[in-house]
Amino acid sequence: MNDNTALIRVENLEKHFKQGAIKALDGINTEIKKGEVVVVIGPSGSGKSTFLRCLNLLEVPTGGHIYFDGVDITDIKTNINIHRQRMGMVFQHFNLFPHMTILKNMIIAPMKLQGKSEAEATELAMGLLKRVGLDDRANAYPSQLSGGQKQRIAIVRALCMQPEVMLFDEPTSALDPEMVGEVLEVMKQLAQENMTMVVVTHEMGFAREVGTRVMFMADGKQIEEGTPDEIFNHPKSERLQTFLAKVL
Amino acid sequence: MEWFQKLQHDFYRNFIEDDRWKYLADGLVVTLQLTFCAVIIGILIGVLVAMIRSTYDKNFAEMRPGFGRVVLKILNAISKVYLTIIRGTPVVVQLLIMYYVIMASSNNKLLVGMIAFGVNSGAYVAEIVRSGIMSIDNGQFEAGRSLGFNYVQTMRYIIIPQAFKNVLPTLANEFIVLLKETSVAGYIAMQDLTKGGDIIRGVTFSAFMPLFAVALIYLIMVLFFTFLVNKLERRLRNSER
Repeated sequence: MNDNTALIRVENLEKHFKQGAIKALDGINTEIKKGEVVVVIGPSGSGKSTFLRCLNLLEVPTGGHIYFDGVDITDIKTNINIHRQRMGMVFQHFNLFPHMTILKNMIIAPMKLQGKSEAEATELAMGLLKRVGLDDRANAYPSQLSGGQKQRIAIVRALCMQPEVMLFDEPTSALDPEMVGEVLEVMKQLAQENMTMVVVTHEMGFAREVGTRVMFMADGKQIEEGTPDEIFNHPKSERLQTFLAKVL
Repeated sequence: MEWFQKLQHDFYRNFIEDDRWKYLADGLVVTLQLTFCAVIIGILIGVLVAMIRSTYDKNFAEMRPGFGRVVLKILNAISKVYLTIIRGTPVVVQLLIMYYVIMASSNNKLLVGMIAFGVNSGAYVAEIVRSGIMSIDNGQFEAGRSLGFNYVQTMRYIIIPQAFKNVLPTLANEFIVLLKETSVAGYIAMQDLTKGGDIIRGVTFSAFMPLFAVALIYLIMVLFFTFLVNKLERRLRNSER
């Protein structure tokens, strides 16, 4: 696959609750290319998390299509589990498995889903742990870690499946301020290694610095989309201007 | 002194003479077999029903129309009827119905007892396990699914182990209740521990010794079981330091 084709293509994506009374997503169209870092920003309740969660079908869309690597994953006949293995996801509340050690958290999916041996998976996991500086915590349990450490583990747990795209759902929103930096640093590293990323965040600094494209959402619609420079320095729509005035 | 001699005599007559202790020993074996197998059957039925019920409660509203949705609806309805009937009728009645009606063609009393008590226990285990599953944060479920695990794998590797840990004390209590509940097995003429003691009483016409011996044996088993569960609980809790 060459670098210009879309890894994820979203067509007319809709998510309605209560028979259309609430339109969380109202016709989203976008493309995410390989190696891109798409940052989704917007006021709370704008549907940005719903959008992200639709991309791996944690939220089932009520309309439209999502193509991942050319396959329509919204098709009821598609086996979503296969495709989810290629999409890592990081949650606001980490969602580490509290009954497993850090290492077990990381190797269980590669072992059970990709048929890796324990030794193989452990080697991969330890390499990743070293990269985020947590290899000495491999045998600790999640409850023994700080929030920032948990989120770094959550990121490398997803990476252990060697995904082609990483989805981040407000990864720093539940962290104490002093821990935000260490998580963003890992994400920045990942972006530099050309990982395709979709990031929902309130960290405007990150969006500006790391994003290759920024998408601004409000009321379930994408209002504006562009490079960080276009979005932050030359906002066109009034919605975006008022939003930026409040958060910057 | 006279009192002590009477006690000695009673003990001899009730347990030693004609090897009457064997009624208790054989009965104990039956009680343990019955309880053990009923526990296994109860867990199997309970986890299955709990999975059906919690899957229905969590996902039915959002499921896409299709074959799976219909099957789930039917399974849920069956589970609900099962829970209502089992929890709404006495275990002795269930045991008698199982013996004289449903499995009337079988003369293997032990098998009938295991199934009757297992089916009974399953209903209680189901509700306990279901409450455990529902108590696990939905984020755990989403994390499992996002890694690529399917529904059953997520349940098996992520949700059930945590749910099990949360409900272990309640579950242990259910099994202690079950152990004692098997004492009604005598209704279908099974010679369990209680029946064994009662037979001795019928032969020796002394009630105190055999019945208190039976009670003591149950008590010791329950204490031992409680001890084991406490140990297991402590080990499982290690991950939450």
